[in-house]
Amino acid sequence: MIIPYLGVLIIVGLVGFMGVMSFFASFIMRPRNPYAEKLTPWECGMEPVGEANAGHFRVHYFIIAILFIVFDVETLFLFPWATLLTDKGLSGFIFIEMIVFVAILAIGFIYAWVKGALEWV
Amino acid sequence: MEQLFFYIFAFAAVISAILVISVRNPVHSAFFLIVTFMQVAAIFILLRSPFLAAVQVFVYVGAVMVLFLFAVLVLDMGKETMKEHLHGQSIPAGVMAVILFLLMCYMVVKGRIVANPGSYGEAALVNNTEVIGRELYTRFIYPFEIVSLILLVALVGAIALVMQSKGKEQGK
Amino acid sequence: MIFNNAAIMQTLNVNLNAVAPVALMTVLAIVLMVIDFFLKRENKFSLGIVTLIGLVLILPVAATTVDPAPAFGGMVIADAYAAFFNVVFIIAAIFAVVISNDYLRKISSERGEYYYIIIFATIGMMVMASANDLVNLYVGLELMSLSFYILVAMRRSATGAEGALKYFILGAFSSGILLYGITFTYGFAGTTNLTEIARMGVNLSSANHYLLIAIIMLVAGFAFKIAAFPFHLWSPDAYEGAPTPVTALLSVGSKAAAFAFFLRFFGGAFHEFHAHWAGLLWILSAATMLVGATVAIQQKNIVRMLAYSSIAHAGIILIGVVVMNGFASAGVMFYMFVYAFMNMGAFTVVALMARNDGTGKSISDYKGLAGRRPVLAFVMALFLLSLAGIPPTGGFTAKFFILASAIEARYYWLAAIGVISTVISLFFYAKVIFYMYMKEPDALDDMAPVTQAPSTLAYNIIIFITAVSTMVLGLCPTPVMDMAIAAVSHL
Repeated sequence: MIIPYLGVLIIVGLVGFMGVMSFFASFIMRPRNPYAEKLTPWECGMEPVGEANAGHFRVHYFIIAILFIVFDVETLFLFPWATLLTDKGLSGFIFIEMIVFVAILAIGFIYAWVKGALEWV
Repeated sequence: MEQLFFYIFAFAAVISAILVISVRNPVHSAFFLIVTFMQVAAIFILLRSPFLAAVQVFVYVGAVMVLFLFAVLVLDMGKETMKEHLHGQSIPAGVMAVILFLLMCYMVVKGRIVANPGSYGEAALVNNTEVIGRELYTRFIYPFEIVSLILLVALVGAIALVMQSKGKEQGK
Repeated sequence: MIFNNAAIMQTLNVNLNAVAPVALMTVLAIVLMVIDFFLKRENKFSLGIVTLIGLVLILPVAATTVDPAPAFGGMVIADAYAAFFNVVFIIAAIFAVVISNDYLRKISSERGEYYYIIIFATIGMMVMASANDLVNLYVGLELMSLSFYILVAMRRSATGAEGALKYFILGAFSSGILLYGITFTYGFAGTTNLTEIARMGVNLSSANHYLLIAIIMLVAGFAFKIAAFPFHLWSPDAYEGAPTPVTALLSVGSKAAAFAFFLRFFGGAFHEFHAHWAGLLWILSAATMLVGATVAIQQKNIVRMLAYSSIAHAGIILIGVVVMNGFASAGVMFYMFVYAFMNMGAFTVVALMARNDGTGKSISDYKGLAGRRPVLAFVMALFLLSLAGIPPTGGFTAKFFILASAIEARYYWLAAIGVISTVISLFFYAKVIFYMYMKEPDALDDMAPVTQAPSTLAYNIIIFITAVSTMVLGLCPTPVMDMAIAAVSHL
C-alpha cells in the first residue's frame, strides 16, 4: 500500500538534490573577482542603515497569510469529499453539502474583497 | 524495509527539531521546522494515514509556515530579541522535560497507550481517506457545516482587527 | 454501500426543523454581512437595529423548536433543554446588542463586524447547548471562543489588548486540553456520541485509565470556560479589557453554554462515573466559591469586581453539577436564567456610567449616585442585592434552589461553603450600595455629567426589563422552574 508513495519520496529527494546542486554548480562555475565597491549592497547611493529584517514589511502580508490559511483548510476538506463523489448514492447529497460549505466561505471571500483586504496599495 | 525508512525519517525529524530551537536566526529555525513537518508527514504515510500526511503538508508546511515567516518578518525581530530569557527557569524546565521524557518512554515501552480502532477493521483502514470522507460527510455533516462558520469568523476577525488599526493610521 | 438520497436522509435523520434556530441565526449573520457591505461608517448603527429585529423574530422560533429525536446521525438533540438555553442565549444577545449601539459610539469604534460576530458567538453557544456529540461540542465551543477573542479585542487600548491576548492564549491552550480529553474519551469508549457512551456506560470498566485522564482533561477545559478557580485568571483582565456589552455577554452566554453542555454530558454520558468526577468538581466548586468571593472584596474597578463575583457564581452553580439530580439540574437552568437578567442589568448600568474616555468604571465613581440619579442607584442596588442573593430577588430563589438540592442530597459541607461564600460576597456588593447611598460624590465627579449618551432610551428599556424580570423571578419562580424541571426530565 505504501509502495506508490515511494515515487513521492524519490521526487522529493530529487527536487532537494537539484536545489542543492544548482547552488553548488553556480558556486563552482561563477567568476570570482571581488573588490570593495562590488560587495556593497548598492553600488551608488546611500549606505543602508540597520537590518533588512527589522520590521519594514507591511502588516498586509499577514492578512494575506491568514486568508491563505483559511482557504487552505477549506481545500483540505475537498480531498475526502472527492474520494466519495464516485459513489452514486451518496454523491448528490454530499455535493449539496459542499456547495453550502463553499458558499458560506465565498461570503467571507466577498467580505475580504469589499473591505479592501485584497487591495495592494 | 519499512522500519528502515521509519528510522531515517524519525532521525531526520529529531535532528531538525533540535536545530529549530538551537539556531539563532528565526528564519533558519522556521526552515528547519518545515523539514521536521515534512518528516512527520512521511511518518504518517508509513502509518497508513495518507490524509493526515496531506493535512500536515497543506496546513503546517504550507499555511502555518507562511504565517510564521510573515510574523518573523513583520515583527521587528532582530537577533538580540531571539536570545533566551530563561532566567531561573532553566533548571526546573529541564527537570520537567526529563521527567516527561521518562514518562513517555515508560508508556511506550510498557505499551500502555493502546486504543481500539473503533468499528473499522484493518481492511477498511487501508482506504482511510475514503473512510474519513464517509464519516465526515454523513454522520458528521452538521459539525462540518459549522466548521465553515468557524473559518468565516476567523477570516472576518483577522481582517476586522488588522484593518481597524490600518484605518486609524490613515486617519492620522 | 449504496445509498440513495432518501435513504441517507432517513438513516441520518436530516431534520432541518431541529436545527432551525441555528440555521436562522446563520442566515441573519449572513444578511448582516451583506448589508454591511453597502453601509457607510456613519450608518453602521442601523445594523444594530436589523440585528435586534432578527433576534427578536428568532426568539419564538428557538423557544418552540422542540424535537427530541436525535438528528443528523445522533449529533444534535433539539430537546426542551436545548430550547431553554437557546432562549437564555438569545435574550443575552438581544440585551448586548441594544446597549452596544451607544457604547460603540462612546468608544468611537462603530463597526459592522461587531454585530455579526455577536451573532456568530451566539450560534456557537446554541450549537453547544444542543450538542449530543463531543465533536459537536468542540466545534461549537471554538466558534463561540473565536468570536469572543475577536470581540474582546475590539476596543483598541492597552487593557483591551492585554485582556484579549490573555484570553486568546489561555483559551487556545484550554481548548487543546479539552480536545485531548475528547480523544481519550474516544480511546476508552470508541465513540464520541453521548447517547452511545451512556448506553455502554455500565460495560465500560470503571477502572479504565483513560477514563480518569479523560475526566481530568474535560473538567479542566470546562473549568476554564466557566472561569472556575485555578483556571479563572484570564477572566478579570478579559472582562476589563472588552467593551462592556461584550463583557456582559461573555459572563452570561459563554458560562451558560458551558454549563448547558456539561450538565448534559456529566448527567447523561458520564452519569455512570459520578463517583469519579464528582469529587473533582466538589473541590473545584468549593475553591471557586471561596476564592471568587474573597478576591472580589479588594477590587477597585467595578468590572473586575463583577468578574470575580461571576467567578463566585460559577462556583455556586457548580454545586448543582456535583449534586446532579433532576432538581439540581433544573436549579442550574433556573440560576442561568436569572443570572442572565441580573448580570445583564448590572452591566447595563456599568455601560451607562462609563464615560467617553473609558473612565467611570471605578467603584468610587458610584459615590453619591443616589443623590444625582435616584432611580439608577435604586436599580443598581436591586441588581447587586440580587447577585448577593437577598430575598425577594431572583438571585435569592436561584441560590435557594441550588443549596436546597445540595442539602437534600446530603452535600452539607458544600452547601455550608456556598452559604459562607454568599455571606462574604455581601461585603463587596454592599460596598457599592454604601458608596451610592451614604457617600458624597467627589468634587470632580460633580462636574462631569453621568452620561453624555444621546440615547439613554435604549439603556432605560433594558434596565427596566432586567429589573422587572429579576423581581418577578424572585417573587414567582414557579413557571420558569416548572419549565426547567420538565426540560430536565427528558435528559
